[in-house]
Amino acid sequence: MRTALVLLFLLALAAVPGSLLPQRPLNPTKTDNYLATHGSWGRFLDHLGMFDVFGSAWFAAIYLLLFVSLVGCLVPRIRVHARAMMAKPLRAPKNLDRLPESGRFESGDSPSAYADAARGVLGRRWRVMRREEPGGVITLSAEKGYSRETGNLIFHIGLLTALILIAVGRLYSYQGSVIVQQGQGFCNTVTSYDSWRPGRLAAEGKIGPAPFCMDSLNRFSADYLDDGAPSKFAADITYSLGLDGAPRHHVLTVNHPLRLEGDRLYLIGHGFAPQITVHMPDGSVRRDQASFIPSDPTTLLSEGAFAEQSKPDANQDIGIEGFFAPTPRVTASGVITSAAPRVSDPVLGIFVYQGTVNPNGQPQSVYSLNKAKLHRIGTGNLAIGQTLRMANGVTVRFDGWVPWVSMQVSHDPTQGYLLIAAVAMVAGLIGSLGIRRRRLWLRLTPGAVLAEAPGPTAGAPPAGVIDFDSPTVVSVGGLARSDSGNFTTEFAALLERLRDAATVVEPGLLGAGAGKE
Amino acid sequence: MTVVDSGLAHLSDGLFTTAIATYALAMASYTAEYAFGRRGRVAVTSAVEEPARVLVGASGPVADHDDGFGRPGGYMTPGGQKREPEPAGQRSSANRFGRFAVALTGLGALIHTASLAIRGIAVDRVPWGNMYEFSALVGLIAVLAFLGALARAPQIRYLGVFVMLPVILVMFLAGTVLYAKAEPLVPALQSYWLAIHVSAAASAEGILMTSAVITMLFLIRQRYDVQSKEPGRRIKFPVSLGARLPAPATLDKVAYRTVAFAFPIYTFGVIAGAIWAEAAWGRYWGWDPKETWAFIAWVVYAAYLHARATAGWKGRAAAWINLLGFGAMTFNFFVVNIVISGLHSYAGLN
Repeated sequence: MRTALVLLFLLALAAVPGSLLPQRPLNPTKTDNYLATHGSWGRFLDHLGMFDVFGSAWFAAIYLLLFVSLVGCLVPRIRVHARAMMAKPLRAPKNLDRLPESGRFESGDSPSAYADAARGVLGRRWRVMRREEPGGVITLSAEKGYSRETGNLIFHIGLLTALILIAVGRLYSYQGSVIVQQGQGFCNTVTSYDSWRPGRLAAEGKIGPAPFCMDSLNRFSADYLDDGAPSKFAADITYSLGLDGAPRHHVLTVNHPLRLEGDRLYLIGHGFAPQITVHMPDGSVRRDQASFIPSDPTTLLSEGAFAEQSKPDANQDIGIEGFFAPTPRVTASGVITSAAPRVSDPVLGIFVYQGTVNPNGQPQSVYSLNKAKLHRIGTGNLAIGQTLRMANGVTVRFDGWVPWVSMQVSHDPTQGYLLIAAVAMVAGLIGSLGIRRRRLWLRLTPGAVLAEAPGPTAGAPPAGVIDFDSPTVVSVGGLARSDSGNFTTEFAALLERLRDAATVVEPGLLGAGAGKE
Repeated sequence: MTVVDSGLAHLSDGLFTTAIATYALAMASYTAEYAFGRRGRVAVTSAVEEPARVLVGASGPVADHDDGFGRPGGYMTPGGQKREPEPAGQRSSANRFGRFAVALTGLGALIHTASLAIRGIAVDRVPWGNMYEFSALVGLIAVLAFLGALARAPQIRYLGVFVMLPVILVMFLAGTVLYAKAEPLVPALQSYWLAIHVSAAASAEGILMTSAVITMLFLIRQRYDVQSKEPGRRIKFPVSLGARLPAPATLDKVAYRTVAFAFPIYTFGVIAGAIWAEAAWGRYWGWDPKETWAFIAWVVYAAYLHARATAGWKGRAAAWINLLGFGAMTFNFFVVNIVISGLHSYAGLN
């Protein structure tokens, strides 16, 4: 237990940096920024794995140790518990008065008759063992609450199973996310995702038992309240299962994923894709739309870029970087920003560049420009329908916009089983913390006289003579083997019921040593 | 589109303030009972000194004397001296204050419940969608937990001041710093899991808050026992509070039982959160800061439960672990919601 305690502390402590430092798997951009601003300290932390705490070797080491300690603890406990389930309740201690709870009373019944009555009082929840001691004394040993340990074991086995299932799930799961503009679609193949995070053993090419295609995002709608707070997001989609499945219709909303066989499709986020028409330096006309990424999650002020390539090495490419303000507002400093996420007379602010948009031929971000070989030729803020004209005849017209949504496809074969393990954990926990483990002993001594002070011989028959006609002395002792519940009041109630089951002894007969009638 | 009934929302705010005021009066009354009563000073010893026959054991918590246990006359102190009973006038005025305090607490809880219910009606959803509403709910559950405990063990009444103090503090924070006006839910929160996950979390936190209070009293009482044995030592506040507190063993047991009651609820709350996360964010667990701190608090409380069964960790060490767990939970509520950005950013404070 001490080992488990130390490991639990280590686990809690180890998780702390995971919440205070940016984590690479969750937020790579933030991590890079942190590294850039913190120099060698940042690199030192990175070396320790502080930016991927939950994937680091030391975090894994702690929970593996905990896992081993858990197994090492559980195996013997299961064995002990199995034996305890078979075992008979312990023999009554010599002196029941010394137990934390005890009491005594008299019964007019014979020990054997009262033993039967007491059994009836205890009922089926108590496991009762009847023993005989010399001198006609009968003891009852009773025990209950065995399922407390059962619950405890179920909880820990559930925990172990859950840990195994999580690990297996991590190996075989995958997550892919993709930005889909209204009117477009995608298929569940690795290449169509913008970001793809497979588990180590997730199938590479063919993913999911039934490949599916989200054929088209027919319409995305976002409803807002008057103060700009969002009230409803809904994506109207057409999808088909398999390669030749019939198209089906579905409305995807937040909190309600589309659950397909083995895969789940989620609506994660949304944004705007402005549409423009560009008159290129070479006289050609380009129409384009590009997804802009929200830089402010509450007002959805978004940023993005267009790259219009012309003939290679002609220096006649057009690059446009800009922002999209859905509800524009001019700040005090004259800069346009967005006041609300709802689209109302949106403004597209652009910086237009000419030159070579892709100077090194490498793939690059579609949300920003590599301006190494670009020079700015104009800038302006456009409302829908407005055109920005540059000196060299290049024009950019803001035609309108379409919404885009980011969708995520998740696959995890073990999560259904994990839920079962979690339910077992809660059930086990309730049993383990709620069930009351109790021990109770009764010693039924014939012929003793209650008036005698309880001394060291209390509970034992007076030496020599046994008067079977005098009332039976019932001494009861109880022990709480778990802290749950209030054993003092429980014992008092139980003692009351045991007393009620006894035949009342006539006061006049008490101490006279006379038999009952 | 849901429309907020601003009249009802206003009424709810008014009731909320009234509830705080009522609780404050109740607290003043509990304080008067605590100050005038002589309970506890004796109770301390009763669990230890009284023979086991008397049915006031370790867990009829703070039981002493005249609560129907029929022990007339003086009481035994640890030194074995007889203590004279206090004048009857003082005792009954303390009793009157106590009864009045409970009545006020009940009234406050009614107003408090009405405030939450009316807010729920005003916005047409469960009334725990932001930090203000959540804190109000946690406060209500702590009060209800105390009233429930009171029904089973009336002797603990004089400890009401220690429960009301944090409740009023939480509600004051809720009404000032955390206040958010009545609004419908953002789409991310529009799920029936909000009712399940958040109510489980609020219940667990309300009960664990009570446990933390009892644990602090335990530590005070224990320090008091140590200091009162040193001859000539002047015992300063807050250790001096220990004079009237129940026996350490009693406080320790009650603290354990509250955790044992809340821990499965908390576990269920975390699991319900994971189920909701699976439906909302595409994964059941993603080490979001809120999830991470929920995990930390869970592990610390698990450590507490283990510590209480481990030799050398029982008592003081376990008590500190309990407080550490409560610290992690409080951090998760205030710091993670307000300072650290994550997926659980529903504070409604912008």
